[in-house]
Amino acid sequence: MIKARLTLFRLSAATMPYLGSEDTVRELRRALCNPNVQSDQLRYRNAILKVIRAMSQGVDVSGLFSEMVKACATVDIVQKKLVYVFLCSYATLNPELSLLVINTLRKDCQDPNPMVRSLALRNMTNLRLPSLVEYVEQPLTAGLKDRAASVRRVAVLGWAKLHNLQTNSEIDAAVVNELYSLLRDPDPVVMVNCLRALEEILKEEGGVAINKPITHHLLNRLKECDIWGQCEVLRTLQRYRPQSEDELFDILSLLDASLVSPHPPVMAATLSLFLSLCPGVPAVSQAALERVRGPLLATCGSVSREMRFTALCHIQLLLRSLPGLMGAHYKRFFCGYAEPAYIKQRKMQVLVELVNDDNVAMLLDELRGYCTDVNTDTAQAAISALVSSCVILCGLGAGHIGRSYSDRCLEILIGLLGLKQEHITSAVVQTMRDLVWVCPQCSDTVCLAVEGCEETLQDGQGRQALLWLLGVYGERVSSAPYTLEVFIDGVRCEASLGVKMELLTASMRLFLCRPAEMQDMLGRLLHYCIEEETDICVRDQALLYYRLLHCGIEETRKVLQGRRSDPSLGVLIGRPAEPISQWACSFNTLEPLRQGAMETESASRGSPEHVTFDPKRNNDPSDTLNCGHDEEALHSGSDSAIVRTDSTADVLGSSLTVPLSLSVSPALSPEEFELLWLQPQVLHTEQGPEKMKADKDCVCVEEHVRCPEILHCSPQSLQAAMQLVNIQTLAFTPPHALPLRVYLYTHTQRARVAVTPHSTLILGELLYTGEGNQKVGQVDGGVVVVEGREDEQMKEGEQATADGLSGRDTGRTDREQDGVKVTLKQHPRDENALKGFLSILTTVLHTLSSESD
Amino acid sequence: MLRQDGSFFLTCMELLRNSASVKTRMISQVFILSSKGDHLIYKDFRGEAGSDVVSIFYEMVTALTGDQPPVVMSHKDLHFVHVRQGGLYWVATTTADSSPFTVVEFLNRLTALVKDYCGTLSEKSVQMNFALIYELLDEVVDYGYVQTTSSDVLKNFIQTEAVSSRPFSLFDLSNVGLFGAETQQNKVAPSSASARPIQSSREQGGKSEIFVDVIERMSVVIGSNGVLMKADVQGEIRVKCYMPSCSEMRIGLNEEFSIGKSQLRGYGAAVRVDECSFHQAVRLDEFDSHRILRLCPSQGEQTVMQYQLSDNLPSAPPFRLFPTIERDNGGRLLMYMKLRCDLPPKTAAINVCASVPVPKGSVSLSQELSSPDQSAELKPQSRAVVWEIPRFPGGTQLSALFKLDVPGLSSASMLEVGPVGLSFELPKITATGLQVRFLRLSPVQPGPSQRWVRYVTHSDSYTIRV
Repeated sequence: MIKARLTLFRLSAATMPYLGSEDTVRELRRALCNPNVQSDQLRYRNAILKVIRAMSQGVDVSGLFSEMVKACATVDIVQKKLVYVFLCSYATLNPELSLLVINTLRKDCQDPNPMVRSLALRNMTNLRLPSLVEYVEQPLTAGLKDRAASVRRVAVLGWAKLHNLQTNSEIDAAVVNELYSLLRDPDPVVMVNCLRALEEILKEEGGVAINKPITHHLLNRLKECDIWGQCEVLRTLQRYRPQSEDELFDILSLLDASLVSPHPPVMAATLSLFLSLCPGVPAVSQAALERVRGPLLATCGSVSREMRFTALCHIQLLLRSLPGLMGAHYKRFFCGYAEPAYIKQRKMQVLVELVNDDNVAMLLDELRGYCTDVNTDTAQAAISALVSSCVILCGLGAGHIGRSYSDRCLEILIGLLGLKQEHITSAVVQTMRDLVWVCPQCSDTVCLAVEGCEETLQDGQGRQALLWLLGVYGERVSSAPYTLEVFIDGVRCEASLGVKMELLTASMRLFLCRPAEMQDMLGRLLHYCIEEETDICVRDQALLYYRLLHCGIEETRKVLQGRRSDPSLGVLIGRPAEPISQWACSFNTLEPLRQGAMETESASRGSPEHVTFDPKRNNDPSDTLNCGHDEEALHSGSDSAIVRTDSTADVLGSSLTVPLSLSVSPALSPEEFELLWLQPQVLHTEQGPEKMKADKDCVCVEEHVRCPEILHCSPQSLQAAMQLVNIQTLAFTPPHALPLRVYLYTHTQRARVAVTPHSTLILGELLYTGEGNQKVGQVDGGVVVVEGREDEQMKEGEQATADGLSGRDTGRTDREQDGVKVTLKQHPRDENALKGFLSILTTVLHTLSSESD
Repeated sequence: MLRQDGSFFLTCMELLRNSASVKTRMISQVFILSSKGDHLIYKDFRGEAGSDVVSIFYEMVTALTGDQPPVVMSHKDLHFVHVRQGGLYWVATTTADSSPFTVVEFLNRLTALVKDYCGTLSEKSVQMNFALIYELLDEVVDYGYVQTTSSDVLKNFIQTEAVSSRPFSLFDLSNVGLFGAETQQNKVAPSSASARPIQSSREQGGKSEIFVDVIERMSVVIGSNGVLMKADVQGEIRVKCYMPSCSEMRIGLNEEFSIGKSQLRGYGAAVRVDECSFHQAVRLDEFDSHRILRLCPSQGEQTVMQYQLSDNLPSAPPFRLFPTIERDNGGRLLMYMKLRCDLPPKTAAINVCASVPVPKGSVSLSQELSSPDQSAELKPQSRAVVWEIPRFPGGTQLSALFKLDVPGLSSASMLEVGPVGLSFELPKITATGLQVRFLRLSPVQPGPSQRWVRYVTHSDSYTIRV
């Protein structure tokens, strides 16, 4: 018998692909209608099987609906099930014919066999036909009281399906009550299904009511459920707020066993619940995190790669708050050689976070091994991991250990250059550029290393990085002019716009320190770019440099020699711990698994210089002159932080619906800032903005932000924090000096529906005076630059008198003792944007001060 | 607190979340695709998205670049979570709020069920048993909510019989010795004996059998100086049951078995693990005193106990490598490898495969191997020399000389050689020393029944730096 069936199967599989779908359907119909087939149960079932197979292969077999309806009336359960699979897929296309099925189904609902009853009930509700609702309600009501648990399970969910079919109809209170009472059903699956159904039916009202009796009932029955049920219950309980501390701790101790459950879903759901039950008790959350360490690590070694990956992503979340959590277990994150690249990369990201004095030697050795991985993506990820750990080591810094290991890091990197492999060299040079930007103390070694790299570099990004290094550190690389000469000679064939731009800047910079060697070839380069280059951006930039040279060497120097490094960025990597609440809501959702994808994406393109040479921005050549914004995105990757200002944390209580985004570009040089800030200005705009200058567009605001402890955070961390939200700090007083003063600027952008994007420039000063714990905040209305036309706009800007500080003493006494006075100037005027900005700033300050606690 | 520019996002999202109404988490669709993208199974539980998502998924998953993690992908509001098993894509579409642990676990569980019911996991077995799989899906998930995945419950509902691609017969599988283990009956069970559908015991008069497998996975890193840098063992005891009526079974472990560092038991060498967890159906009342696990096995496969051990292996790592790597005058790379197997004599490792990464651009390989059954091959694709040893007895040593032609070989290229990865199977051996003392079934089974205990240690990742 079996053999015969097998042959049939094979035949069908073999013949079908050669038939068009119409032929297939005709063939199948003939088989289904054949009385000989119909009379032989096995042949009939096989014909139906073929239909389903065709269906799942994507053939449209909806034309067989009426034949299949007939096949539904049978005592053979297997056949019934097959037909139902078909009917549920095509019922919506044939609502009239489906009516024919309903009688069979209703009859089956009376069947003595509970399996038949549940089958009929489930498929009745799966037909998804609103017209059938009236026929379904009665069997469903009966189903809730059925003596077989399997029928009740189906009936409970059936009500949810029914509700979603006709969402606008009224909720039947009797059904809801019945479902609530079924929470006490002896069958745990029925109980859990009731939760699920009530959640869906009562969606509008916020879901199933989770009060104290229900909570404790559910908790007590948790053990009876299987893992799926447990997860569901745990998740529903997240809405519960215990009424007293005693109750909270009772619940927590009940849940302790689930926290270390060997089943990852239960463990994760329990941790989620812990975090949502006691957001106010950090000690408890922290203890819970430590408790799940074991199970999470075990999950990291799971047989299933997908499960490993999930656990790794969640460990990364945990590490944001407890960086030391996994320190001793770093070996668990060593990559297996056969693991897929995406897991290896995740593991490396984790490894870098775990670097500490004890394990650094082992870790560097391990990472070194990954750098020559066959998979180029993995190799590149390993190289950036090495550099990140190097930066952290530089940050540990002054200590002898940090120093010697950061040297070891560099040694490894330089060793890799010797491989002369295209992708490795490119990755190493790019990361070296990032490295000297953050740790200038490494520059000597790097300068030695980059000589001779140009031969192996093929890709644009790598060559851009090399050019940047040669430009900035050219005086220390003896072969720099010769290397540039090769590039300049080949500029005609150069395809990459970015490389050309970088080449121009690098040549200019090198010319400033080694004029004799560079003069001739710079001339050739400028000549080519101005006379022959077709790209407008390159040409514009060349012209600009040409004119700049006419202005004299000192001018050129001033413009071109910006900052070479920004050590404060190191802070970004050795980040301080975040509060758990920051990520608790995304724990155990898909979010952490997707986040990584976005991060790697931005990491692969975000390096300081690319931003500068984004052709779109270079329409305004002056843009590239400002080295000030080089640092804008070293690690943040994106240019703007979109902030929804409807956060209730907003100090001003403003409620904006338009998202506000901040951006530090176009950049503002310190000189420009000073000019704008110092321009004569109308004071005390609070009293009357209308008294402002003719363009009325400017606004000047003073605000006090209560911000204790701001004094204790270093300027570096302040700067880093500001940069994260795209506020650029331009200058600050030395640490711990009083009064503490910080100058900053940013551009706001609000997307408005009908209007063109609206941007404003905000200049600001933070002032913290006096040991006496008096801080005074001052806000000056800002100067706005619209659409990059900086020059004209800035002139119109408003200024705060820098010495207006004297007038602020009045504010001191009545303010909180530890307020920071914020002075903001905005142009053009846009109060909503200003408020939004202020709330962002306030949040940053609060964050900083809470950190330094 | 400020970690990335998204942090404000998060704060705001948190607020939104709290105010928003209920978010339900369910599985919207489940589908199975072959690696070529053929639709094998498609089941829509909610009717909220069309079936065109199948093609969308396949396009997305094949277009991924190397550094994009594939497990979760999004298309508009739809989120795909998938696992790869048996060369197939097992995909669930779901909402953003779903727990990835749950969805991944569900998909893994689904693959296990399909394997239980169909015998093996492959494109062919899924194709042949599609009706059975639809039936399974119907019982396992209702309206996107997982109802049950216990094979005990499901066996009452599943009516379709499995179709095996080749009927199960012990004679087919008489090339024993993959990893057979001695039991009290001193018989050997072929390793694929348990690769059969669970129902066949009921329908086709299959023997009533029970398999207890102790499976360990080692991950080891040995430094270039021969120092053991990392040694982890992940182990589990799996019970595969084909007994129609088995009310209780008792599994006795070594008496010396201890968990954690503190409690040393017995006089002999302790069998120690760091952490240990049990299936919720296992009763542990006799565990503390006698190291006995009691459970009522359900049909099919289940993991009864999982454990892990970090560092401190009770015995030496199974393999040591002594490499000598140099350049000869002709610009060739010479790799002389001595590989020693430190297993106890009388045991052997099988299917040993050493993969030695070699410099890019290696053109050809000539080799001298110490015995004819070994083989070695240069795989330019993966840039490695793969050295295969079908059987490697304990206490012996093998050597191989590889000569590679590498145009433009430089001293820096030597950096590209290594680390060596080993994969192997150690039948009848557990790295932790865990043993099953006895296996008792009650009530005593009527008719012939077989009990098999098998041990195997696999290499999860065994890396030796050069």
